[in-house]
Amino acid sequence: MSEIPLPMWVTLPGTVLLVLGGLTSLVGSLGLLRLRDFFMRMHATSMTTTVSSGAILIASILASTAVMGRPSVHELLITLCVLMSAPITAVVLLQAALHRNRERESEEKSTDKTS
Amino acid sequence: MSTVFGYAVWFAQICVACAMLNTALRVFIGPAAQDRILAFDSLYTNGMIMLLLLGIRSRSAAYFDMALLIALFGFVGTVAFAKFLLRGEVIEP
Repeated sequence: MSEIPLPMWVTLPGTVLLVLGGLTSLVGSLGLLRLRDFFMRMHATSMTTTVSSGAILIASILASTAVMGRPSVHELLITLCVLMSAPITAVVLLQAALHRNRERESEEKSTDKTS
Repeated sequence: MSTVFGYAVWFAQICVACAMLNTALRVFIGPAAQDRILAFDSLYTNGMIMLLLLGIRSRSAAYFDMALLIALFGFVGTVAFAKFLLRGEVIEP
């Protein structure tokens, strides 16, 4: 980084938030890869959408405030969008998964009866 | 102190890149369609985080608009996919 060094009140919390965000993102994706069931994997990805994006958005707010020299909170738009869309996505995906599981079970039952 | 911040940005970028690889693997091997949709949702969230980290590192405001657009359209896409699984069509008459 060849530009002006960022002040201390940005780098100190910013470093902690960036490391936290990166680690939670990695752990969430590992859970998505390793867990057995769809309903378990849903828990793992919700960590990425809430903790990781929240921490990195706060770090981005701090960095852009220091760079622009005035309070800049336009990253709050992304926070609002992500935090409002995450529960809707979860509910809709769960409904779809439950619907598909129920359909498959009823198909299996009907094939058992005919055979 | 600013170098430590730079290393933290590098570390977060490497972590998010590994996370994107993992979610892409889940998109390919996912046994059911809902697993693939969930992995796709996580993939675009990680892509948004990656763009924000690029914006922090290059100190420019151009990446913010891309991240906002990804957050908006990824949500619409996921809901459309899930609606297709639930009903068989996206836009109902």
